[in-house]
Amino acid sequence: MALEVKGLTAGYGPIAVLRGVDFRAEPGQITCLMGRNGVGKSTFLKCLMGLIPASGGSIQLNGVALQGLPAHEVPKRGLAYVPQGRRLFGPLTVAENLAVGGLVQGNDRTTLQRVLTLFPRLRERLTQTAQTLSGGEQQMLAIARALCLAPRVLLLDEPTEGLQPSMIALIQEAVLTLKAQGVAVVLVEQRVDAVLKLADRVGFMRAGRVEETRDAKGLAVGDPVFQTFVGV
Amino acid sequence: MAFGPFLLLAVMEGLVTSAVLALAAAGLSLVFGVMRVVNVAHGEFFMLGAVLAWVVAALVPGPPALAFVAALVIAPLLVGALAAAADALVLKRLNYDPEATIVATIGLLYMIQQATLSLYGPNANPVAAPFDWRIQLPWFGYSGYKLFVILAAVGVLLALWTFMNRTRAGLIMRATQVDRTTARSFGINVDRVYMGTFALGAGLAALAGVLIVPISQAHYLMGGDPLLLSFIVVIIGGLGSLRGTLIAALVIGLSDGVISMFFTPTLAKILATLLVAMVLVFRPQGLFGAKV
Repeated sequence: MALEVKGLTAGYGPIAVLRGVDFRAEPGQITCLMGRNGVGKSTFLKCLMGLIPASGGSIQLNGVALQGLPAHEVPKRGLAYVPQGRRLFGPLTVAENLAVGGLVQGNDRTTLQRVLTLFPRLRERLTQTAQTLSGGEQQMLAIARALCLAPRVLLLDEPTEGLQPSMIALIQEAVLTLKAQGVAVVLVEQRVDAVLKLADRVGFMRAGRVEETRDAKGLAVGDPVFQTFVGV
Repeated sequence: MAFGPFLLLAVMEGLVTSAVLALAAAGLSLVFGVMRVVNVAHGEFFMLGAVLAWVVAALVPGPPALAFVAALVIAPLLVGALAAAADALVLKRLNYDPEATIVATIGLLYMIQQATLSLYGPNANPVAAPFDWRIQLPWFGYSGYKLFVILAAVGVLLALWTFMNRTRAGLIMRATQVDRTTARSFGINVDRVYMGTFALGAGLAALAGVLIVPISQAHYLMGGDPLLLSFIVVIIGGLGSLRGTLIAALVIGLSDGVISMFFTPTLAKILATLLVAMVLVFRPQGLFGAKV
């Protein structure tokens, strides 16, 4: 169930942000996207979800075209998205946030149980409103909510940003479990150590394009490619 | 009549006002809360409910209770359908822009009002109450229908609360209220939610119109006062807060009943407006609204 993107262009009004993105994510693999601020990483994920319309190119999931679909139809095709900053439904309880995540699947109990097994801490917080959770718990909820869709492709936009190390380890463990379950994970990440730990492949973006794609096994801290595309 | 019974009568009149106001204001609050649309035409949906109740009463033969029950069902449905059409034809095309929709709903207000004047005429017409029981208290008799209005409003508001907090559709509306972009990325068709919300808000106003018409008659200009009072209630309670709306409706309705009885209705309106001004100065988000 590969996600394949060819020549994707998009932007905000007259401002072009994506200028022909070619990208591929395979099931059971973590594909990271790296690049400096403003190169279009978050815009790319939003465009995949239909939240920003594509002005050209194609997005296909296992050969089925996704571009041009209304945003609310995209999750029904198997894509789930964890946005930067989490964007939880703050006044709703944890259980209600998960229920919103499960709407497409008809709130299937098996999926919910699998998600709560992955994040047992949320099971203790089901009646608590999302806005009262700690930052790490909120990030867990954001990922759990997306997983309630039982996605085939999971898009994560900087999921460990601003979290303490113990929480980062928990989130990374969960992402590796999802990979083992056969989910295609697309991870936007700025931290080199996290990318080297998690990624199978790394796409480097510059000026609205994926300019270079590398196998993660061939990368190490200090590789010139990080200096070129990320500046570290 | 002694002061005590006089006060009791004033409180009961105030509760009737509160009940009708709570229904109308809940619709306005719901529309703003979920859609961020300030619906200036909301009072006209209230008026249409009352006028349609008169039309149904004229068309349905048999006892007044039968026509009234028919009006309770038909008027909110028709007004809700009209609101859904207005959403699809006007608000959606404006992309629900807050400023543009204010102007658009002002236009809608005049269109509904003038269309009603053309089709229904300038006269105020009475609609018979479904029953004319009187509750005899030791000091005075009181309309059983007015007590029914209070109970009906409480029942509808409880149903609305249950709908919003215990059903899938309510969950979808609350999620959309918090963040419509994120709601879309979980498969929620926000356009459909908005259409349903606008229809539901209008239906609640129409229901309030049907309930009030046996007390106050149907007239094409009757939407102004409920609109003003609904805005007062919603601003005091907090835009988008159902709980705040209900509490503010109780405060405004009761103070209106008591002050109108002991002093003048004008003083009641002055004090309500003053309260709104104070809320806007000291707590702009309203008593129960979330700080933006």
